[in-house]
Amino acid sequence: MAKFSKNDDSLVVIIGSGAGGGVLGMELAMKGIKTVVLEAGGRHGPQDFVNDEWASFGQISWLDQRTTSGDWRVSRDFSGLPSWIVKAVGGSTLHWAGASLRFQPHEWKVKTNYGNIKNTSIMDWPIDHKEMDKWYTRAENHMGTLGTGGRERLPGNNNYKVFEAGAKRMGYKNFHTGNMSINSKPYDGRVACQQIGFCFQGCKSGAKWSAGYVSIPKGEATGNLECRTNAQVIKIEHDKSGKVTGVVYADAKGKQQRQKARVVCVAGNSIESPRLLLNSESSMFKNGLANSSGEVGKNYMRHMTASTYAIFENPVYFYRGTTMAGIVTDESINDPKRGFVGGYELETLALGLPFMAAFLDPGQWGRGFASSMERYDHMAGLWIVGEDMPQSTNAVTLHKKLKDQHGMPIPNVNFSDHENDIKMRNHAWKQSTALYKSVGATKVLQTPPYPSTHNLGTNRMSASAKDGVCNRNGQTWDIKNLFISDGSQFTTGAAENPTLTIVALAMRQAEFIAKQMSSKAI
Amino acid sequence: MRLLNKSTISRRTFLKTGTVTALGLTIMGPMIIGKDKSWAATFSNIGADDAATLIQMARDIYPHDFLADKYYAKVIQGYDSAAGKDKALKSMISKECKKINSSAKKKYKNNYRMINREVERVDILKSNTKSPLFAKVRGDLVTGLYNNKEVWPKFGYEGESASKGGYLNRGYNDIDWLDKV
Ligand SMILES: Cc1cc2nc3c(=O)[nH]c(=O)nc-3n(C[C@H](O)[C@H](O)[C@H](O)COP(=O)(O)OP(=O)(O)OC[C@H]3O[C@@H](n4cnc5c(N)ncnc54)[C@H](O)[C@@H]3O)c2cc1C
Ligand code: SF4
Repeated sequence: MAKFSKNDDSLVVIIGSGAGGGVLGMELAMKGIKTVVLEAGGRHGPQDFVNDEWASFGQISWLDQRTTSGDWRVSRDFSGLPSWIVKAVGGSTLHWAGASLRFQPHEWKVKTNYGNIKNTSIMDWPIDHKEMDKWYTRAENHMGTLGTGGRERLPGNNNYKVFEAGAKRMGYKNFHTGNMSINSKPYDGRVACQQIGFCFQGCKSGAKWSAGYVSIPKGEATGNLECRTNAQVIKIEHDKSGKVTGVVYADAKGKQQRQKARVVCVAGNSIESPRLLLNSESSMFKNGLANSSGEVGKNYMRHMTASTYAIFENPVYFYRGTTMAGIVTDESINDPKRGFVGGYELETLALGLPFMAAFLDPGQWGRGFASSMERYDHMAGLWIVGEDMPQSTNAVTLHKKLKDQHGMPIPNVNFSDHENDIKMRNHAWKQSTALYKSVGATKVLQTPPYPSTHNLGTNRMSASAKDGVCNRNGQTWDIKNLFISDGSQFTTGAAENPTLTIVALAMRQAEFIAKQMSSKAI
Repeated sequence: MRLLNKSTISRRTFLKTGTVTALGLTIMGPMIIGKDKSWAATFSNIGADDAATLIQMARDIYPHDFLADKYYAKVIQGYDSAAGKDKALKSMISKECKKINSSAKKKYKNNYRMINREVERVDILKSNTKSPLFAKVRGDLVTGLYNNKEVWPKFGYEGESASKGGYLNRGYNDIDWLDKV
């Protein structure tokens, strides 16, 4: 494994080792480019993952203090926990469920297709589906995505079977066990899924793809990648010409270290990435780095989400087997006749008893709640994930007073639903309630959104420098050797779970960075 | 389908008797003795009276008739040890219990834990949901009760599965009633 000097200014430094940063690091290393990934968390893998929801949360989730505002219910029920993401090598791809969907062609160009939607900051992406096609294929092959590349999908578990029966009764046409990046057969040196059912807690068999134990080790094996753990970056530095020169990070003991760099890539997920740019303000960049547009931190998106849990007369044991292997895609089209633009996916979901208690209906108590919980083993469930509207007032900002353990202002996440989000959620609840009633549900519960697992858009990509933070390659408009490499570069969110797109963009960006470096443009 | 057996029986015996609350808990000095003398615990910091109030409150918040009192009492035992070190917690508990009891006495002529009818106790709780004590007990129960591995089988949850080879050969797809609905 490589180990590079802190004074080596020929390196690419990537901040964060998740879907974006981990894959970018692997790709650059494979191209022979010396790269250091700085990761705030430690290293965990199948050997020490635990089949226990709260213990796993304590082991790998991001627990640094944050605050919330806005009218979303998360701000009331979980005011210190706007998002549920990971602080460890592999980032949120340790917790992730594996659903890997391509954007639909129209979703790259929503302003063109949806028109001007009031009170949004909607824009077209500066790239399109034709250009992304080969990168998607490459990402799917790397992740072993099922339902693509000739890879067979998973068998359906009990939760899926209830869902599928309901989908048929509803007249839906497009449903299956999902394009999961989970092995249905041994692939890439990893085993097939054992139907363990703790996909969110890090897959103990390694059947699920994760940047942490798949991509990063592939990069390390080349000898060109160092993944330095317990290294939380607190500032990006620049020279008089405005080029970035390196980063300052706090090591495991909280001591500050300086790592020099030729190129810096920010991939800390959509709350930490803008926070870091804002925190790196200087006399030259008074509003933070790469922020001449004023867009850093704005347009925070989290997908329109919700869940539906249904109780049946007979047992389901929905927690047995893969957590999210099931999808109906019929509702993901853009059909404004439904009263909203954009669409949503229905995906099977099961929580363990401890998380169900916390999230089924936060704050509820009494006989009604207890009676639902007593039917836990008779439940089936699904998650709703749809396109939400970007709004410039939904934003990550620096807290005026509170600081973290390293003396850095903590982030505040402000979010309120757009009218379109609310209409879409109500439609999705109505449809999924009907789906479960069609197969005999005796009670259906409409569960509000959880703390955000999909965090997007806070350093968005734009066709022109005044509208966003980075260009079509994730290169910041203001500083040519500074890149955005995670979900924060999303211009809009589409209806699909974001990770496949984050990975495909990272692969595409690696090629761009390599070319720019070899032509000495950066 | 592989069905789970949800009933488990555990019983220990104690011999003493004393004041009996609505739940059938016996209070003797700082000690509470469970129904059928199946368990006992000492509350030397918050006192058995307030502890009994809190155990009753815990059950009224998440009333599962198939769960013995000891699972609720376990959360309250945690408060007793915490109150030993945390004066603010100790005085909050005693102050808020007094308030709840005084609203119970005003409306139902009895201390909260001595009211026999659940609807009446719940009515008192409903008028006290803003109490920091109510918020604390409810919040802590979410993990204190539902994250107690001993209660999982009673809800039909099997917990850890990797060491058993997952559910690949243990019923991940054994649902057998769908063609009948
Ligand atoms: C429970 C759960 C289920 C999910 N299921 C799915 C799914 O089925 N399909 C899907 O597409 N997506 C899913 N997601 C979302 C997916 O995991 C994320 O969208 C994706 O991982 C985001 O990639 P990223 O690179 O933006 O950030 P991350 O993967 O979160 O990586 C960011 C990394 O940066 C590190 N970091 C942050 N700040 C700093 C700093 N200052 N210095 C150093 N390091 C730093 C973090 O510790 C972290 O490791 C799920 C997420 C969760 C939590
Ligand atoms: S169900 Fe499959 S993917 Fe999920 S944790 Fe188990 S083995 Fe891993």
